[in-house]
Amino acid sequence: MALDLDDVKRVAHLARIAVDETEARAVLSQMNDVFGLIEQMQAVNTSGVEPMSHALDVTQRLRADAVTETDQRAAFQAIAPQVEDGLYLVPKVIE
Amino acid sequence: MHNATLKSLSAELAAKRVSSVELTRIFLNRINKLNDKLNCFITLDEDASLKQAKAADRARAAGRAQPLTGLPIAQKDIFCAKGWLTTCGSKMLSNFVSPYDAHVVERLNAAGAVILGKTNMDEFAMGSSSETSYYGPVRNPWDPDTVPGGSSGGSAAAVAARLAPAATGTDTGGSIRQPAALTGICGLKPTYGLVSRYGMIAFASSLDQGGPMARTAEDLGLLMNAMAGFDARDSTSLEREPEDYTRELAKPVKGLRIGLPKEFFGAGAAAGVMKAVDAAIAQLRGLGCETVDVSLPNMKLAVPVYYVLAPAEASSNLARYDGVRYGYRAPDYSDLTDLYRKSRAQGFGAEVKRRILIGTYVLSHGYYDAYYIQAQRVRRLVARDFTEAFKRCDVILGPTSPGTAFRLGEKMNDPVQMYLNDIYTIPANLAGLPGMSIPCGFDEKGLPVGLQVIGNYFSEARMLGFAHQYQLATDWHQRTPPGVE
Repeated sequence: MALDLDDVKRVAHLARIAVDETEARAVLSQMNDVFGLIEQMQAVNTSGVEPMSHALDVTQRLRADAVTETDQRAAFQAIAPQVEDGLYLVPKVIE
Repeated sequence: MHNATLKSLSAELAAKRVSSVELTRIFLNRINKLNDKLNCFITLDEDASLKQAKAADRARAAGRAQPLTGLPIAQKDIFCAKGWLTTCGSKMLSNFVSPYDAHVVERLNAAGAVILGKTNMDEFAMGSSSETSYYGPVRNPWDPDTVPGGSSGGSAAAVAARLAPAATGTDTGGSIRQPAALTGICGLKPTYGLVSRYGMIAFASSLDQGGPMARTAEDLGLLMNAMAGFDARDSTSLEREPEDYTRELAKPVKGLRIGLPKEFFGAGAAAGVMKAVDAAIAQLRGLGCETVDVSLPNMKLAVPVYYVLAPAEASSNLARYDGVRYGYRAPDYSDLTDLYRKSRAQGFGAEVKRRILIGTYVLSHGYYDAYYIQAQRVRRLVARDFTEAFKRCDVILGPTSPGTAFRLGEKMNDPVQMYLNDIYTIPANLAGLPGMSIPCGFDEKGLPVGLQVIGNYFSEARMLGFAHQYQLATDWHQRTPPGVE
């Protein structure tokens, strides 16, 4: 299986990363090399094998539904690219 | 003084032969002299370091000293430290002054350690050479034309060049062990879940694990005592009784069963590497260890599995960098989507973008089962091989890396060649097992070779004891790079 240029552009769009034509071509050939490597594991018969999502098969810990975080808005907004009146600014989304 | 271990520096501090301020200055002076050449550190803050050192001296004077009190330790720039620039080697975070401490940083601070600086690394820990950093490549003190390995290459090179007595690292596919091997130091990736990932910038969350890097196994144990511990803020942190990781240092290795997987001893590694590893095994037999042949039949699938799982998890973790709340924002954009696209295109380097694209692809509609779920199933097969092997042995040995330090630029344009550096280290990450690298010799070019020790779950104390006994019988860990007296 080989990827084509449209695949690269599609995933770049999904990942919200701007790529120009030259970059897309360079990435395409490297991605195909990597998928060549990945192919080895696709032929393995894994019927009956449970997917392993955690190294120790522990289940997610639950905590009490209580407020644990303190208000740190000022500290967090101090490092934001653009804020005003305690709000994060982005380009206009709704006309 | 800069050649001393943490253990002996701790004794010097306790005997009042040196203060933490003096010790911190010694290392800061060495950094100021040598960092231009090696590029180990991204950020230094002498005032902040010396402030911590003064506090450590006061704590000691007040009789409140702990084993690490006053010891300067370098932090990999993946760990958030309050008030410190924390870049993760990326332009994306080149303006990110962390508003909080990682759990590891909190614990080391509470133990009285001094943050010596933030070390250079592959961008977002994605790399095996420390060349993908936005801050330029790190150089290996054994030969400045070669790489120190990665991604914790700044930490490794700093410890090897005696710019720091110890450092923190993180290991997703070998990022503690491989640079430790390539620079002739020791590094331990603990059992997954022992060291909290809170404040440790995420790459592939089911694999990432923080750990210590130092010059002796004994020092790794001292650091583990401070770094490991339950933290409710990391959902994968394990709730276990605290343990003393130095408790088995004095235990003889006689009768210990060493598993030698045939897959580690095939034609994969360089002759100079295998010669040193074989010599170490022979010496360990001389110390009374037994060797057992074992097999990890699915090991060849570990790298392919890793390059599905790690990019998939990375593409999800790195979605947070959008140029809105913190980090880099592109100067010009037309609308919100354009702001995202340009901030991410300009803020991430080539390797990070490549992995995000691979990860996005394998998680995308129609491919999820064929790639991601299949990789998780094969991951279990790789883990089961270890379960079988550990029925017959106490530790598994082999090379850490197939080669010694390679030249800068040599593998930068061939991702697959770069990825194969981690062929021996990735299996332990997939299984969640502890893995360690300790120096075991040099190749024909005079470059260090690392011996990898993989233990069963939670057997860190046993592994460190084993490594310590080997280090009592050898002096590879005491060798210094050329020019380091």
